[in-house]
Amino acid sequence: MRFGVIMFPGSNCDYDCWWAIKEVTGEEVDFIWHKEENITGFDCIVLPGGFSYGDYLRTGAIARFSPIMKKVKEFAERGGLVVGICNGFQILLEAGFLPGAMRKNKHLLFICKYIHLRVENPHTAFTNLCKKGQILRIPIAHFEGNYYATPDTLSTLQKKSQIIFRYCNKEGEITDEVNPNGSLDAIAGVCNERGNILGMMPHPERSCESILGSEDGKLIWKSIVTSLKRIKK
Amino acid sequence: MFKVKIYINLKEGVADPQGATIKHALDSIGYQKIGKVKTGKYLQLELDMHDKNKAREQIEDMCQKILVNPVIENYEYQIEEIK
Amino acid sequence: MKEPVKIDKDLIKVHGLTDEEYEKIKEVLGREPNFTELGIFSVMWSEHCSYKSSKPVLRKFPTQGDNILVRAGEENAGAADIGDGFAAVFKMESHNHPSAIEPFQGAATGAGGIIRDIFTMGARPIALMDSLRFGCLSDARSRYLLKGVVGGVAFYGNCIGIPTVGGETFFDKTYQGNPLVNVLCLGIVKKDKIVKAQAKGEGNTIFYVGSSTGRDGLGGASFASRELTDESHEDRPAVQICDPFMEKLLLEATLELIESAVVVGMQDMGAAGLTSSTVETASRGNSGIEIDISLVPRREEGMIPYEVMLSESQERMLVIVKKGKEEEAKKIFEKWDLHAAPIGRVTSGNSFLVKDGGKIAAEIPVKALTTDAPVYLREKTKPEYLDGVRNLDLSDVPLPEDLNSIFLKMLSSPNIVSKSWVFEQYDHMVGTNTILLPGADAAVVRMKGTKKALALSCDGNGRYCYLDPYEGGKIAVAEAARNVVCVGAKPLAITNCLNFGTPTDPEIFWQFSRCVEGMAEACKELKTPVTGGNVSFYNENPQGAVDPTPVVGMLGLIEDIDYLCTPWFKKEGDLVCLLGEGEKSLGGSEYLYHVHNLKKGQPPKLNLHLEKALQKTCLEAIKKGLINSAHDVSDGGLAITLAECCILNEENLMGADINLKESEREDVILFGEAESQIIISCSSSNLNKLKKIVRENKVTLKVLGRVGGEKLTIKKEEKPLISQSIQELYTTWKNSLSSYFEM
Repeated sequence: MRFGVIMFPGSNCDYDCWWAIKEVTGEEVDFIWHKEENITGFDCIVLPGGFSYGDYLRTGAIARFSPIMKKVKEFAERGGLVVGICNGFQILLEAGFLPGAMRKNKHLLFICKYIHLRVENPHTAFTNLCKKGQILRIPIAHFEGNYYATPDTLSTLQKKSQIIFRYCNKEGEITDEVNPNGSLDAIAGVCNERGNILGMMPHPERSCESILGSEDGKLIWKSIVTSLKRIKK
Repeated sequence: MFKVKIYINLKEGVADPQGATIKHALDSIGYQKIGKVKTGKYLQLELDMHDKNKAREQIEDMCQKILVNPVIENYEYQIEEIK
Repeated sequence: MKEPVKIDKDLIKVHGLTDEEYEKIKEVLGREPNFTELGIFSVMWSEHCSYKSSKPVLRKFPTQGDNILVRAGEENAGAADIGDGFAAVFKMESHNHPSAIEPFQGAATGAGGIIRDIFTMGARPIALMDSLRFGCLSDARSRYLLKGVVGGVAFYGNCIGIPTVGGETFFDKTYQGNPLVNVLCLGIVKKDKIVKAQAKGEGNTIFYVGSSTGRDGLGGASFASRELTDESHEDRPAVQICDPFMEKLLLEATLELIESAVVVGMQDMGAAGLTSSTVETASRGNSGIEIDISLVPRREEGMIPYEVMLSESQERMLVIVKKGKEEEAKKIFEKWDLHAAPIGRVTSGNSFLVKDGGKIAAEIPVKALTTDAPVYLREKTKPEYLDGVRNLDLSDVPLPEDLNSIFLKMLSSPNIVSKSWVFEQYDHMVGTNTILLPGADAAVVRMKGTKKALALSCDGNGRYCYLDPYEGGKIAVAEAARNVVCVGAKPLAITNCLNFGTPTDPEIFWQFSRCVEGMAEACKELKTPVTGGNVSFYNENPQGAVDPTPVVGMLGLIEDIDYLCTPWFKKEGDLVCLLGEGEKSLGGSEYLYHVHNLKKGQPPKLNLHLEKALQKTCLEAIKKGLINSAHDVSDGGLAITLAECCILNEENLMGADINLKESEREDVILFGEAESQIIISCSSSNLNKLKKIVRENKVTLKVLGRVGGEKLTIKKEEKPLISQSIQELYTTWKNSLSSYFEM
C-alpha cells in the first residue's frame, strides 16, 4: 500500500505521519509537495497537522486553494481514501470535502494533552479494526477544534453514522467536562457520506509507539491498510 | 441606546504578517491588482446610555483600557443611536 | 525619521555612549562619525552585543571538553558531540525587556530568535524549553504578563512545529514588572554539516532572506541595555511582531539550502539586525564586507540608512552564498515562497562598507565593532544588605501547629503546583520524540533511528543567589545536572542566561561575579562546560534590581532509552529511599517565603565532591535497572518531593508510608531544603545491590518507608506529622494554577 503525505507550507506533522506509517506500520509512504500536479500511484492521501499558511486567515482557509487540492478532490471522487488530521481536518472542512466548521476551543486556549476517544462507527475504512464503543487514548493539540454544524447537518451525520469518534472519559462516558474543546455532540472525527474521507482532530500518528505513551493510533493506520487490501482483492 | 462599531487596526509601521500572507494567497490564486492587505478586528456592542458625549467617553475608556492593545494597535469607532 | 544635522552631546547620550567611547569612535575613524555610523557603533558597543561588562567575568567559565565541538562565543550557539556522527546544538536566550512591554510578542519573538540561532547552524530544532519568572500571581499585571508570555511562546512554538517540552515557571515579587523570559532551543545536526556564521571568500554573495524591513524594534539592542522605567511603556514603536509561519519557511529552506552545499555561512538578523549580522560574520571570517542598502526589501516608505541598519524586524537572515551558486540558492528560496535579495559581497579588506545606491552611508573597520570594542573591568563591592538577610533566627519563625494544612498550603504555592495550565498550551508532542512529557525532573527527546535520547533541564534559584550568589550559582548548575541524572542521562554541557540588574552598580556587579564564579566551579567539578548563552543586565523595576538570577540549561545524554527513569512511584510495596545527604536549611526556602513571608537565611551548602558521587551512584543504579523511580529533592523540601512522587503520574496515583528518624524541628524536617539528595524507589530485592554501589561511591542511603495505599503519611519517629489522601493532594496540586485564570 502506498500512502502520500501532503506538505503544505506550514505543515508540521508531515514527518510524524511519515514516520508512523513507514517505521511503525511498515507501509510505503512518500511526501507530496502542495504544488504537485500529479498524484497517481497512491492508495491513501494524508493531510497532516500543522499551521498551513500560519492559520493566518482562518485555519485551512488558504491551503484549500493549493494546486494539490484539485487532485485530492479527483482522487476522492474516484473513491480513494483521504485522511485529514487536525489542520488537515480543518482544510477538508474549508474545502467542503466534509460538512461543518471549526471554532476556537471553549476555553480560548491552545490545548495539548492525551484524551480518550470513543469509536462510534467501526464499520469504516478507517476503523474496521476497532470495536464499537472501543476507547482509544490519543493526544490532541489544537486551538480550533471546537466542531460546529447546523442542526440539520448534525442530524444527517447522526442518521448516516458519519460521526466516527467522540470525546469521552476513561470509562467511555461522554460528559461536558471531558469534552476538551466544546465540540458539538463531543465530535472528534467525522467522515463523508461515501465513507472514504475522514477528518479527525486527535493525532493518531503521535500514539503509535508505547514509548510515546500509547499505541492506539496504530489501529487507524492498520484499519486503512486492511480495507485497502480488501479493495485490491 | 447606542450601537457602537469599533474597528481595531495595527498601527502604521507595525508588521502585519497575517495581512502579508493573505495578500500572497490572493495573488497566487490569481486575483489581480491586490495592494497592501491589513488585518484587524471589528467589534460591535450596544450601549444603554442616553448622553452621546458620555457614551463616547466610556467607549474611549474601554478602548484604551482593555479592548485595544495601545502598544501595537489603533482604533476608531462609529456610534449610532438605536431604539 | 529625519537625519539630525549635527551630532551633539545629547544625541551621543541618547545612544548610550559615554564621552570616552565617542572619543574612541573618532580615533578609530580618524573623523567625526555620521549619524548612521553613530547608530552602528551604539548598537555594536551596547552591552547586549559587545558584552563589554561581562566579558572579563565570563572568561572564568570552563568552555573546553572532550565532547565540545563548538565552543562558547565561536558561533551563535555551542555544539556538543553526542555520538553516531551527530552533534547537539543548543542555546538559551533572554527576552526580558520586550516581554515586559508587550508580553505576547516579546516572548514569541524571543522564541523565534533563539530558534533561528539553532537552524542557521544547520541543525534541525527538536525541542524548546522556557524558564519564566514573574511577580506574584495575586497581582493582575503579573497574571497578564504570564498569560501573554505563555501565549506568545505557545503561538510561536506550536505554529513552527517545535515541541516545547518543559521548563520552569516561578513567581516572586522581585520580578514584579520585570519578568524573566528565557527560552532554550535544542537542535541536532550531522557533525560534518555544521554551518558557521562567517563571511569568507572574496566575491561571495551576501543574500538577505525573509521578511522585509520596517521600523520595528529600532535600536532594540541598546533598548535591552537600559533599565525599565515607568516611561518604558512609551518605547512603543520598538515592539516587534512575530511571524512564525515565515520562520517555518525559513527553517525548511535553510536546511534544504545546506544540503545543496551552496552556503558559506549564515546568521540570523537578531539584535541589531542587519548591522550585527553583517559585521559579525565578516569579523569571524576575517573579511571585509560591502552591502548596498538600497537593495534591502522594505515594508515602509522613507526609511533612512540609519533605520535600515538598526531595524530589528523579525524573521530575517543573512546568507553568504558561494559565487556562481546564486541561482541555485534562489531556486530553493522560491520553492518556499521566500524573498531573497543579493545585497552585497564579501571583500578582501577589513572594512565594513555600507552604500545607499551610489552614496557611502557608513565605512568602519570591522574589528573596531567586534573584537576591538571597549571592555570594562567594572567595580564590585559586597552588597550591604547581605549580612542582615543571612541571619535567620529560627526562634523568630513560629512552628505551625497544623502541619497538614501547611502541607496543603505549600502544595498549592504557585511555585510548587502543577504547571499543566502552562505546558498544555504548548504543543509538547509534535515531532513524536517527546518520551518524557513535561512535569518531570527533565524533559527527554529521543533521537529517531538510534537508541539514544537527549535530556534537558532548566534551573536557577534567584532567592538562593540573592542570599549567597556564589552558592546559588553552584547550586543552579548542580541541580540542573541532578535533574538530568534523575531521568538516566549523563550531564554533558550547559548553556545559560544570566539575569541581573545594572552592571555599573558595584553591588550588582559583585553579585554577577560571584554567581559566575560559583557556576564555573560547579561546571569544572561536574565536567559540564559552558557552550554559550547570554547575559541580560538592567533587569530593574522602580523598586530596584531583580534577585540575581542565573538560569542554567543542562544537556544530558541517555545512551539507551530502555533505561529512561521517571520520578513517580510505580509499585506497591517498593521501598522509598533517600539517596545522598545534605544539610537541611530553611534559608531561602519556599516554605519560609510562602508561609512566613521571609526571604532570609543561609541557603543550603553544596559539597561538589558529594554531589558528583551522588550523581554517579544514581546513574549507575538506573543503568543497572535497580531503581524504579528517581526524583530530585528540591523546592519545598522532602515533604513536597515525596508528594510529587505520589501524584506526578496522573494515570496512576500512588500513596506512601514514610517514617523519618530525625531530631530537627518538624518544619525543617518536612520543608527544609537541601542539596545532593534524590528520592528513589526500588524493590526490596534490589536493596543489597543498591547498597553496594552506594558504598563504593561513598554516599549514603536511608530507607524511609514504602510505596502503597491511598494516603501519603509522613511520621517522625513513628509520630504522624502529615497524613493526607493522595487524591486530595493531587486535586490541590493540579488545579491551583488554573484557578487564577478561571473566568
